Amino acid sequence: MIWLDTLVQGVLLGGLYALFAAGLSLVFGIMRLVNLAHGDLIVLAAYVILGICSATGMNPFIAATLALPVMFVFGWLLQTHLFNRVLGEDILPPLLVTFGLSVVTQNLLLEFFSADSRKLAMGAVEAQSVTLGPFTLGLIPLATLGSAFAVIFALNQLFYRTALGRAFRATSDDRVTVQLMGIYPQKVFAIATGIALMVATLAALYLGARANFDPTIGPARLLYAFEAVIIGGLGSLWGTLAGGLVIGVAQAFGAAINPEWQILAGHLAFVAVLLVRPRGLFPRAND
Amino acid sequence: MSSSFSKGSARSLGIAIAVVLVLGMIAVPVIGSRALVQDLFSVLTLLVLALNWNMLAGFAGLVSVGQQAFVGIGAYVMFACTILWGLDPLVGVLVGGVAAMLFSIPMAFFAFRLNGAYFAIGTWAVADIARLVASQWTALGGGTGTSLPKGTTKDMFGVPFVKDLLDVSSAAAADAVTYWLALALALAMLTISYVFLRSKMGLGLQAVRDNLEAARSVGINPTRLKALVFTLCAFGTGLTGALIFIQITRVTPQAAFAVIDWTAFVIFIVVIGGIGTLPGPILGALVFYALERLLADYGTVYLIALGLLGIAVMLFARRGLWGLITDRTGFDLLPLGHAPPAPLSETRQPVPERT
Repeated sequence: MIWLDTLVQGVLLGGLYALFAAGLSLVFGIMRLVNLAHGDLIVLAAYVILGICSATGMNPFIAATLALPVMFVFGWLLQTHLFNRVLGEDILPPLLVTFGLSVVTQNLLLEFFSADSRKLAMGAVEAQSVTLGPFTLGLIPLATLGSAFAVIFALNQLFYRTALGRAFRATSDDRVTVQLMGIYPQKVFAIATGIALMVATLAALYLGARANFDPTIGPARLLYAFEAVIIGGLGSLWGTLAGGLVIGVAQAFGAAINPEWQILAGHLAFVAVLLVRPRGLFPRAND
Repeated sequence: MSSSFSKGSARSLGIAIAVVLVLGMIAVPVIGSRALVQDLFSVLTLLVLALNWNMLAGFAGLVSVGQQAFVGIGAYVMFACTILWGLDPLVGVLVGGVAAMLFSIPMAFFAFRLNGAYFAIGTWAVADIARLVASQWTALGGGTGTSLPKGTTKDMFGVPFVKDLLDVSSAAAADAVTYWLALALALAMLTISYVFLRSKMGLGLQAVRDNLEAARSVGINPTRLKALVFTLCAFGTGLTGALIFIQITRVTPQAAFAVIDWTAFVIFIVVIGGIGTLPGPILGALVFYALERLLADYGTVYLIALGLLGIAVMLFARRGLWGLITDRTGFDLLPLGHAPPAPLSETRQPVPERT
């Protein structure tokens, strides 16, 4: 019974990791950009929500809806003025630019918000739980997992049911030919990164609601997110969700055995999956 | 011909300056202060780490964000040799380097499955695994780490000799020994890199970086070459890591496997100095040291400045400061190119008669 409970808690944790990973998966799928600053941008979004909360006294959920457009614009600007300039055949410049951005973001946050741990005060909802059969599930973790499903579903709808999604896929397939159809890849990329940062904002909301955060935790979140993306298979959004769940469940079981083994178990699951399936569980893209 | 003559003389001038510099650096522990020796030690060790990373990312196309794994393993194994098995710390350094190299083999087996950018994440995850495993090593203090017993470095190989020779305290003599080792390591790394890159294998490596298909078609095995470079660089990085922690005398999983200290700084040094060039990391290490002196009191500002500088270099001058210098002056201290022979019509030499 305790193992089943661990499994359920792991799945709920995996929902959070899937949210971390969804934005990365989107950006990688469309422009093959590996954004090493993604973790720090999630933390940045958490501070934006925190800032809005403390300035206006709003509930974090409402503050997050205000933060969404802010982060979209930020992502759009980042892509237009920074990432678009370095995207190309050579993978080194975008990697190093996003790595630099990661270090800059982290230290700017340290400079402005100090290294103190923060938390988003969610109010009464924080302590509430629902009882489902033998399990007692926290409302916030449940909402996290629900949001992860919703985000992945929405992104899939966007990808396969809208004109913008068609532009995304076409640009992903052939960056040169789409220009003959009146699509500007750079503008498509800017929108994609904007959307990715909106997803990151949602992830930040639940990150801050679930646990403490401080400016230095970004890189670890980035690792979990990337592990989820790679386990899921590149270019598959549902795969990313599955990858997040794998990492979450592995971490929960590791922690159940020995609290010090939580992170290690997640990494080992990642290595194990890749040894068995080098291209992840549900590979779609060919690279 | 006149241009090549002046280039040649500029080159011999460059070499003369380099020789004087090296002799000056050897003399630092004799004539300089202990603080200077320690400062230069950290610059030199960072330079070796940078040369290793440059070899991986700049020449082999392997952008590793997991170099801290090798530094940490080198350091931990050196501590184990000294504390648990009673060996001389310098023997421990060697064993640490070998241990890092051995670890790099399964790591390569795993990380080489990941293409391009995902290789970076794979190495980072493996390094994190190494950190977490090291923090389970209870004999070496687990998560809180451990220190070298007091006086360990006093009896270290060469230290009593240097102590008598320079007539200094044991601690200063230990600093001098580790400093000379770091200097030797830096010079060896530079020489080996240069010779390797000028060799047939090095040419193959650069060919793979520049055009994979073309390189394959002339019979180069990219994976084997890259794996070789990866393991050798793990050895160099492990040696350096162990040496650094003799100087620090205390090891913790957080410090020994720090991604900022052993990988981020190193990446910025190489990028700012000029990735894919040999003098680039040297220049980068100097800039890094100058920035550190200038901004050391403002820890976070210093990192922000480094990050912005790195981004700016990638946007405006991909081959870094050294690339700018060679572009402006046409002068390259350690050229790696294989220039084709000059066309006959442009030379003044008599055309040899064909028989």
